[in-house]
Amino acid sequence: MTVPYSWVMALSAAIFVIGVAGVLLRRNVLVMFMSIELMLNAVNLAFVALARRLGSMDGQVIVFFVMTVAAAEAAVGLGIIISMFRNRETVNADELNLLRW
Amino acid sequence: MPLALFIFLAALAIISSLGVVIQRNPVHSLLALVMTLLVIAVLFIGLGAVTVGFLQAIVYAGAIMVLFLFVIWLLNLQVEERPVGHLALKFFGAIAAAALVAELFLFFAHAHPTLAAKQLAPGYGSLASLASVLFKDYLVAFEATSVLLLVAVVGAVAIARRPGPSEPGASGVKTGAAS
Amino acid sequence: MIELLIGALKAIIILLLALNLAAILLWFERKGSALIQDRIGANRAAITGLGKKLGLPNLGFVNTLVADPIKLFTKEDFVPEGADRFLHSLAPFLALFPVLITFAVVPFGDQITIAGHTIVLQAASLDVAALYILATIGIGVYGVALGGWASNNRWALLGSVRATAQMISYEIAMGLAIIAVVMTYGTLDLQAMCHAQGGVWFGWLPRWGIFVQPVAFLLLMTAGMAESKRVPFDLPEGESELIAGYFTEYSGGKQACFMLTDFAEIVLVSVLVTTFFFGGWQIPWLYRDGFHLPGGAMLAMPNLLVAILGVIAFWVKVVIFCWFQILIRWTLPRFRYDQLMRLGWKGLVPLGLLNIVATAFVIVLAGGAH
Repeated sequence: MTVPYSWVMALSAAIFVIGVAGVLLRRNVLVMFMSIELMLNAVNLAFVALARRLGSMDGQVIVFFVMTVAAAEAAVGLGIIISMFRNRETVNADELNLLRW
Repeated sequence: MPLALFIFLAALAIISSLGVVIQRNPVHSLLALVMTLLVIAVLFIGLGAVTVGFLQAIVYAGAIMVLFLFVIWLLNLQVEERPVGHLALKFFGAIAAAALVAELFLFFAHAHPTLAAKQLAPGYGSLASLASVLFKDYLVAFEATSVLLLVAVVGAVAIARRPGPSEPGASGVKTGAAS
Repeated sequence: MIELLIGALKAIIILLLALNLAAILLWFERKGSALIQDRIGANRAAITGLGKKLGLPNLGFVNTLVADPIKLFTKEDFVPEGADRFLHSLAPFLALFPVLITFAVVPFGDQITIAGHTIVLQAASLDVAALYILATIGIGVYGVALGGWASNNRWALLGSVRATAQMISYEIAMGLAIIAVVMTYGTLDLQAMCHAQGGVWFGWLPRWGIFVQPVAFLLLMTAGMAESKRVPFDLPEGESELIAGYFTEYSGGKQACFMLTDFAEIVLVSVLVTTFFFGGWQIPWLYRDGFHLPGGAMLAMPNLLVAILGVIAFWVKVVIFCWFQILIRWTLPRFRYDQLMRLGWKGLVPLGLLNIVATAFVIVLAGGAH
């Protein structure tokens, strides 16, 4: 028995929502960043499942691009976190409120 | 992919991705994330995306996550206090949870077309098939990605580097150069 | 059912061979270092001295292999105060496991036919084997990284940071070397690579990878030695600076696990070098029907014998490269950390990129591109 395609999409949705919950609930910028990676991966899973369903390679190529963008994003994002920590000595999102008003 | 294997992997993926959010120690969160990424890589392979699955393990789990680990060490992050939980966040959380439940219900209520509905070309998901699409249909995007990576590397160095003592901006940064 | 049984048997055989070779290397290294430093080494492990009285040859080899594990596994398993107990216990296995599963895709012989079953001597015939190897090596970083972090010890953490940075830096050089190899053979499957290395050029020169990719060989060997964190790349352990690096706080069985990882990595690097550049299980001029010597002479042989000779040849080559790595270890001094990083990023990575470009040009000019 093969896997129903909607189940894979459901798994993808569940992981995505867990990622959203991580961004909303956690105050550590680094863990929020990890939750964003979780969301990216959930979307990747949906892409691969849909590519399989349509029998085309395009979905997998998109996943490839998402991965490279994620690598670039991680490099820059972690650089920002480091310089932020150097200036404010915290990674708590609630204390990084200079631009809030 | 057999159904039982998929259910096992899906349960593993959900448990470990919950671990990312629930664990209070950032290193434990990171390990849970690595676990999730590897499980998703296995799911990719099961779904026919063999090359992409291995790339996921190499690039995501083997390189990007190590970068995260380095930053955790560099900032010496300790166990986080239990979050207070803002009212607005709880509100949005409730909406998200409701949306998820509704979505899942819709998914499971509908008919289940299986994944093998479409006949797959031989060599689907292999490196050759990925490369031929990548270098024929998406060549411009691929080249643009290389520029993006280069810019990201330069940008990351420019952001995270401490300016030297003679450079402008040196005085404005708490360098702790004396220590 | 019989296929499953054969598969399991192959997996067990390759695992046992790799693990045993790793364990024997421990003795090999003690004896080898004694040889290089002109002293008598590893000669005190005797159980009763009975063999000597009877005039038998020294069995220090066997005794060392028995005595060392007994010593290590009967020691106290110490977990330091304030350590992350779970990760501290998990880390050694997280380091060992990826190295061991890499051997699954290694072809240790040609195919043999027994009672109608054609058995390919490779535990898992994976057509993306080269990617699999890179993936498992990439995952191997976590054991080392977490071992030091979970120990709650500054030296151990420093060792971990050094090891992790070193491993991901040299992984890139290793990947570039493997890409050049993959371009040369046009396949990611290691068994297909071994087949491609059969036959001869000019009637006498075996078609081994070393003759077409010497630069990739240098890159893979150097990067592989750096991956296994051995002298001259042993900064993560650096006993004069960091006590013992990331396994400072380990004892007993877990320490044995880390040591076994080191030696298994040596075996792995030798296996990869042998497979990519030295023909794997191929013996020069030996084909499935026997030897075809350059002069035109021929020596016919049964198929099974050829396959068994291939398996033996493979492991002989592997042992030679293990010995080569031990030789380097006891010959060269340790790098400084900036030298290590400069070699990795400014030496090996540009060299690897140039090698890929050169390989691509040659392939296109030779009309090999599809």
